[in-house]
Amino acid sequence: MKRIVVGAHYGLKDWLVQRVTALVMVLYTLLWLAIAWSAGGIDFALWQALFANGAFRIATMLFWLAVLWHAWVGMRDIWMDYLKPTALRLTVETLTVLILLAYAVWLLDVLWGPR
Amino acid sequence: MSALERPVTRKRPVYLNLVRIRLPLPGLVSILHRLSGLALFFVGLPLLLVGVERSLASPEAFEAFRAALATPWAKIVLIGLVWAYLHHFCAGIRFLLLDVHKGVELRPARQSSLAVLFISLALTLVVGVRLW
Repeated sequence: MKRIVVGAHYGLKDWLVQRVTALVMVLYTLLWLAIAWSAGGIDFALWQALFANGAFRIATMLFWLAVLWHAWVGMRDIWMDYLKPTALRLTVETLTVLILLAYAVWLLDVLWGPR
Repeated sequence: MSALERPVTRKRPVYLNLVRIRLPLPGLVSILHRLSGLALFFVGLPLLLVGVERSLASPEAFEAFRAALATPWAKIVLIGLVWAYLHHFCAGIRFLLLDVHKGVELRPARQSSLAVLFISLALTLVVGVRLW
């Protein structure tokens, strides 16, 4: 099978993903600011109540999915620009994916794991 | 004069001497966007996960975590990460505006670069002062 890897529209999806995930992160940041603002600061009781709330945990999960997808596109851009030897770039990209997966599993444990 | 006879005035490709070139302001914002993103990926995200995990464990762990953040070294790292987040945030919004063709001409592009650098540093200062 022949694949065209250069030319118009290649990478358009990544470009769009980078922007949409950025907007999700902006919204989550605003959510935090609104919570901290309306409560006049965050103590342990509020902190624990927030993370006990199912909707908040799902919002946090969505935020992190946006972060991780955004980080993947961004880090791959950096590796593509500066790491020219293919073997090195593939190795680093693979490590990046493993780190992203580790963050994701860690987050699941923090949000839904036993406490 | 045909194209074939024209003297070659410039050698291509041009290799930039990274030590000697002076980055224009939009270039500075761009490379700092990359560096801040890199720092957030390798340092910010794991520390955020550790922080949420530890602080949720118990009221004592929450206070212990707060005390750990109050040490000078932790504050320096935290302020650095706050700057990285704010710069990445502001520069990202600038890129989104550029995408919809807002401020693409040279002058507004320079001005918005300056604004990104200034606003993110100013907000970092505000957070830093409150933190300290």
